[in-house]
Amino acid sequence: MAAKAVKQEYPKRHDGRGWEELREIEAKVGIIPRADGSAMFRIGHTVAYAAVYGPRDLHPKFMQNPETGILRCRYNMMPFSGHGERVRPGTSRRSQEISMLMSKALLPVLDLKDYPKSVVDVFVELPETDAGTRCAGITAAAMALADAGLVMKDLVVSLSMGHYNGKIMADIDGYEDCDVGISDIPIAYIPTLDKFSLLQLDGEVPKEDLVKLLTLAKKKAMDIYKVQQQALKARFTESHAPKKVK
Amino acid sequence: MTSEVLHAKERDIVVPGEIIAEGMGFLPSKGLYREGAKIHAGRLGMIAIEGKVIKLIPLTGAYVPKLNDKIIGKIIDVLMTGWRIETRSPYSAVLGLKDATTEFIPRSADLTQYYALGEYVLCKVITVTSQKLIDVTMKSPGARKLKDGRLVEVNPHKVPRIIGKEGSMVLMIKNATGCDISVGQNGWIWVQGQTPENEMQAVQAIKRVEDEAHLPGLTERMKAYLKQLTGKTVEIPAVTAGAVEHEEAPAEPQEERREYRERRPHARHGGGRFPPRNPGD
Repeated sequence: MAAKAVKQEYPKRHDGRGWEELREIEAKVGIIPRADGSAMFRIGHTVAYAAVYGPRDLHPKFMQNPETGILRCRYNMMPFSGHGERVRPGTSRRSQEISMLMSKALLPVLDLKDYPKSVVDVFVELPETDAGTRCAGITAAAMALADAGLVMKDLVVSLSMGHYNGKIMADIDGYEDCDVGISDIPIAYIPTLDKFSLLQLDGEVPKEDLVKLLTLAKKKAMDIYKVQQQALKARFTESHAPKKVK
Repeated sequence: MTSEVLHAKERDIVVPGEIIAEGMGFLPSKGLYREGAKIHAGRLGMIAIEGKVIKLIPLTGAYVPKLNDKIIGKIIDVLMTGWRIETRSPYSAVLGLKDATTEFIPRSADLTQYYALGEYVLCKVITVTSQKLIDVTMKSPGARKLKDGRLVEVNPHKVPRIIGKEGSMVLMIKNATGCDISVGQNGWIWVQGQTPENEMQAVQAIKRVEDEAHLPGLTERMKAYLKQLTGKTVEIPAVTAGAVEHEEAPAEPQEERREYRERRPHARHGGGRFPPRNPGD
């Protein structure tokens, strides 16, 4: 996320969306046949693929926890996925941090007590990015974890909210984040528990506006939640359900 | 008393967090949880309603070894006093010497002569600890080393449908293709036929059951499919009234067959590989 520019007028959104409108959403489940669970989530020009492997044997052995299984996430932006420079392949400080907070956002719904000493691996790949990648990643990963048949209290929905000149907006894109300099507030929400499992802030926002913003975030999260649910059900009801190839 | 509302129907696909029912009159079983008066789904699955009890049949997920499961395992390591077996779950199992054979195994014996690395066995789970240490045995009817066939991998949650009520589905495939089929609860299936074509037909039939396991009218469709595949008309095996589909390990999916070890005969019977025992033994 680039340094915020001097505040300029931003009377309407550059792509013609309403302030509270989300970009176009698409979700698919079970797209990677060799994975135990997989999902794709697209919001505008941000695309996230998530693959779940496990629970499986965990090595190195010192990482094993005899009380519970562990969750390991990997967030990866592909080299030519963004608008800016080529992303250097491999892990970076940024991707490691996002991997960690993704697993922290997903863990509250998971129960891995039945799988001591094992690991659930979540790989999130982003072939095309236009801001909100961690949110798309979490949303896709939640569907992939459900597809993998893990015991979960709920799905996790994530989206990035924005705040600029006293205005609250939902789902900001790359232009708004980097060029306009809108405060970026990624959140992850667990609907059944009515709790947030991720709340970050890049920029500034007054306290009263943050409360309003979170109320709107819950409402918008429910829209994405419905898409997640439909995608998971479509895996078993549609005739073109993907086949597992061996 | 709160009002009781059921939000899902029989055979509905539900996703984690979805509200299935409201009211204290319903009982959630495994895979569902209660939050206040509401019952939510705790994983992806299909709903089955039995009176006041709501059940959730999982459709995906890893296999976790259960006591008395008949599974197909692969020998992945030879230990000091046994073999380590891959069970297609997060945990490997141990086949101890005592459970491997009734025969005497000398102290200096090369254990790969009994079960070599990479071989497959049909065995039974006899111990599962809280830390998921697993023991298996070959001392069980039907347990044997598997050879001359091919392995099919299926979703372990579809195994009950592949076996069918009282083994009817697997029997139908066996009769149509003439193959010997051993189904492991871990989703590994061993198919052994007269010709590779027969085996492939059986594999296709098994894959078909796996794909359509959650759709109704499966037996009739499989009968038609097997006719198209093999040209043979097979009878749908009669099922005892009131029989339920196998949720637990099948009673005996394959006919009992004694398997002899594939190794050199014992010294006293002309083998001479192992040190001879005492003459008076």
